[in-house]
Amino acid sequence: MDLKDLYRDVILDHNKSPRNRGDLPPPARAAQGHNPLCGDQLTVYALMDGDILKDVRFEGSGCAISVASASLMSEAVKGKSKAEIATLFHAIHDLLTRADAPTPVQLGKLAALSGVREFPARVKCASLCWHTLNQALAGADTPITTE
Amino acid sequence: MTRNANSNLSAQMAKWRSDFPVLQQNINGHPLVYLDNGASSQRPLAVIEAERHYASHLHSNVHRGVHSLSALATDAFEGARESVRRFLNARSTREIIFTRGTTESINLVAQSYGGSQLRAGDEILITTLEHHSNIVPWQMACKAAGATLKVAAINRRGELDLASFKALLSPRTRLVATSHVSNALGSVLPVAQIVALAHAQGVPVLLDGAQAIPHLSIDVQALDCDFYVFSGHKLYGPDGIGVLYGRESLLEAMPPWQGGGDMILTVSFTETTYNQLPYKFEAGTPHISGAIGLGAAIDYVTQIGLKNIAEWEQHLLHHATAQLSTIEGLTIIGTAEDKASLVSFTVDGIHPHDLGTILDQSGIAIRTGHHCAMPVMQFFGLPATARASFAFYNTMDEIDQLVTAVRSAQHLFR
Ligand SMILES: Cc1ncc(COP(=O)(O)O)c(C=O)c1O
Repeated sequence: MDLKDLYRDVILDHNKSPRNRGDLPPPARAAQGHNPLCGDQLTVYALMDGDILKDVRFEGSGCAISVASASLMSEAVKGKSKAEIATLFHAIHDLLTRADAPTPVQLGKLAALSGVREFPARVKCASLCWHTLNQALAGADTPITTE
Repeated sequence: MTRNANSNLSAQMAKWRSDFPVLQQNINGHPLVYLDNGASSQRPLAVIEAERHYASHLHSNVHRGVHSLSALATDAFEGARESVRRFLNARSTREIIFTRGTTESINLVAQSYGGSQLRAGDEILITTLEHHSNIVPWQMACKAAGATLKVAAINRRGELDLASFKALLSPRTRLVATSHVSNALGSVLPVAQIVALAHAQGVPVLLDGAQAIPHLSIDVQALDCDFYVFSGHKLYGPDGIGVLYGRESLLEAMPPWQGGGDMILTVSFTETTYNQLPYKFEAGTPHISGAIGLGAAIDYVTQIGLKNIAEWEQHLLHHATAQLSTIEGLTIIGTAEDKASLVSFTVDGIHPHDLGTILDQSGIAIRTGHHCAMPVMQFFGLPATARASFAFYNTMDEIDQLVTAVRSAQHLFR
């Protein structure tokens, strides 16, 4: 295993300069995610326009994988419909957990996260933001954890 | 110390290292550098063999059978209790209770002593440095009784603020519970002063010795503490076994904790009479092989000598502190004057979790996270730190490898 598979340049870049970092005022929905293993705390804000995610922001502290994953996610989901986001969610889930999964084409830059599956202890770091976004889209406000 | 004496000690310690099978392997293609001893230490062959011997030749239930095997198992189990007594210099084996570990020992005291002594308006006094297992059981006991948990402050070096401790020690304080050594920072607490101050007010003291037991020699009579608790798995022994030392007069007055076999003398449906100490607090079949393994670990540590262990570990600590301090952007968290052999640190621009993964790829095992001490992390305004904790089997060379690996992590994250 090569560390450069995990910490690709795209990931290091998004960790250093996260995109869409910050918050959104109501009526944007907010959801909180928590990874008790490493103490990562994440809040995802989602502003809907009908079925379309019009704007998305995130804030919180976390490792490079969780920050880069949230940043990449925010770019990928902005302007997409709920159904398109659900498709992405399943694709990213497969990417992170299935060793044999071919990288689906629609993932684009998100494919940079494929190295994470070689590091099972880190899969939750990458998936936390997606679970939290789902929670925000569902409109529920119970905090979610990766445990 | 002279260079020569240092290398003598180094050579001496290197010999003991070969007793540890776990340390003889490669992890991720590199010889394992195990620097997570604060979480759990490794076991020497003497401990592994003691458990194997028990399982192969002595196993039976204790305190029950008239048959020979039960007597052999009981002798081995009670022999381990005597080893613990000697190791802590307790007056009597009646004061040595086997538990599942530090956490269970504290819960026992919190529920039995706390449950019977605490009234509404009473207080329990702890410190900011505590592990969650020396916080939550007291919160639960306080909640049940309507009592209040008070927390003594620390300073920026991670040392207990004695003035704050004194100020919080009040006529309402029923118990002081404090760590002997902080697991998150390594600070050694001034336990002699703590005990003296508390006793002057007639308040008993529980010391959480989980992190102290592998580094300091403990004499509960000299410390004059009322309870001392620790886990076997941090003392080169098995997991699942630990100890509660309690002053006999206090244990006598405390109600039993769990009910069941072994802790009774007679049982009928109207009345049960409880067994004498220590069995009153050991309901059910105990972890017999664990206790025997712990006894073997104590014998092993005694053979090396805690004085030698402490001396070598202080060399490791000083070397690690000096070398890590040369890294730009690295901050050591916890700079108490009196420290056990662990270093908590952060590196600018690299989350501890990433550092942990990167070091692991070089075979270096450290702990990253909040170390089950979230209030300490909050005090320093950090979500997490990286922690390297050293045992006597660690080498100067391993510390140099740690330093090199941190530098290459910085290179990767440049
Ligand atoms: C200071 C301290 N107290 C308590 C504990 C809990 O020990 P155990 O998990 O063995 O019960 C630990 C273990 O990390 C510790 O370091």
